[in-house]
Amino acid sequence: MNGKPLVSIVSVGLSKFGKLEGLYAREIFAEAAKEAFDRCPKLDPKKDIQALYVGHMGESYEHQGHTGATMADWIGLGHVPATRTEAACASSGAALRAAICAVRSGLSDVVMVGGVEKMTHRPTAEVTEYLAMASDYPFEQWNGMTFPGLYALMATAHMHEYGTTERHLAMIAVKNHYHGSLNPKAHMQKEITLEAALSSRVVAWPLKLYDCSLITDGASCLILTTPELARKFTDTPIDIVGSGQAGDTIGLYERKSLTSVTAAKVAAEKAYEMAQVTPSDIDVAEVHDCFTIAELIAYEDLAFCGPGQGGSLIERGETKLGGRIPVNTSGGLKAKGHPVGATGTAQAYEIYLQLTGQADRRQVKDAEIGLTHNVGGSGATATVHIYRRA
Amino acid sequence: MSEQAPFTIEQFYKHINQGKLLGGRCTKCGKVHLPPRPLCDNCYSKDFEWTEISSRGKLVTYTVIHIAPAQFQSMAPYAMGIVQLANGLRILGMIKWVALEQIKIGMELKMDFGTCQVAQPWPQWPRYCFKPA
Repeated sequence: MNGKPLVSIVSVGLSKFGKLEGLYAREIFAEAAKEAFDRCPKLDPKKDIQALYVGHMGESYEHQGHTGATMADWIGLGHVPATRTEAACASSGAALRAAICAVRSGLSDVVMVGGVEKMTHRPTAEVTEYLAMASDYPFEQWNGMTFPGLYALMATAHMHEYGTTERHLAMIAVKNHYHGSLNPKAHMQKEITLEAALSSRVVAWPLKLYDCSLITDGASCLILTTPELARKFTDTPIDIVGSGQAGDTIGLYERKSLTSVTAAKVAAEKAYEMAQVTPSDIDVAEVHDCFTIAELIAYEDLAFCGPGQGGSLIERGETKLGGRIPVNTSGGLKAKGHPVGATGTAQAYEIYLQLTGQADRRQVKDAEIGLTHNVGGSGATATVHIYRRA
Repeated sequence: MSEQAPFTIEQFYKHINQGKLLGGRCTKCGKVHLPPRPLCDNCYSKDFEWTEISSRGKLVTYTVIHIAPAQFQSMAPYAMGIVQLANGLRILGMIKWVALEQIKIGMELKMDFGTCQVAQPWPQWPRYCFKPA
């Protein structure tokens, strides 16, 4: 299977990301699904779609579990088998992996995969507690740990070991807000200054408000099929050529490295090998910048640079639009927003737009190969996917 | 007595309540688990013995939490860090009894077993923390 397409993406959908007042998760998911259906007139959803996988992290937000069935119901998929996957912030990255397996197994020819989260109607303190559930309860949450706190532990370790600075982290925030300003679906579409990022209030030192991703409502979806059937639905399919998923200890304190997300490294190695591409082949990437330090570490884990060189990569502007390897052209979790369950397939949505030349003002010229990197919790789950123009 | 106690998180915290930091040593492969687990993740043995672990160690990394969960809000800002104990095992805890700006990676810390009663049905675990050694 090395280098050959695993599956093809024939359509994609994304709701507006932001504070979507008065809407329920299922209604936001329907908005994303409608776009995917409209983009692919040759697809008859009721007849063609044979399975649905939905990433969703928290039933606490809306007091609603059983997300697979709920979403299938609201998009008119009747008796189609619908399954929710939960892997914290990597819920829809894991859903994508499951959907690929469903197609590859031969059990389902056409599969819809997506994710959804409705978060902004809850007070920030509650959202903080729901998000912390992705970490270890008896030895992290119990002792007063928070989610930003876990990434702050990695940031402090990275700064100590490699001389990475708060300024490097702020530069990532500035870059992603600039990219977000070019994305009409992003939650925040305004640029910020380095000074504003550096002087924003401390959340978990050394991480400040502008180092953190946004609490956002949103949904995303993709329609996958076999490479053989893809042209029945579209003239411009995008192939997924590499898929890696890996795990690690639930507690950050037990990990061998605190300056790297080892699960992401392992997943990336598998995906690169399967796709038969090297890091320098990647034209555009969407990485999991739940915190700015997470994006900096992702540069190193994905081998866009060597260990400890993430700071100089952002300093040289190489990950900005126009740079050598533009990262998070959508604005990332930082500016586009992070509706947790929707994030993994929302990353794939952006790569689809880039590889089909539909990314408008944020288009990476001649992008042919793309990558997504989706991390759950502090790194107990990671998925990496590689995409190529068919 | 503790030889027969189950190698569980519940039991770990019972020991903390008694002012002791105990891990579970797998009698088959020798791996020490902190916290203890009932199944060795290395050799899948279920045979363990309790082993006392020195509660002194060095700070590996830390953060200062300013935005805290509801029940910790009155303590914020507070420091939390990962501490590497004498035998290479690591554990996370709050760092108290030291000015926040004096906290440094590499500093020597020891566990403070000072317990606080928790008024809730579950869990009723105590809370340990670290202080300068």
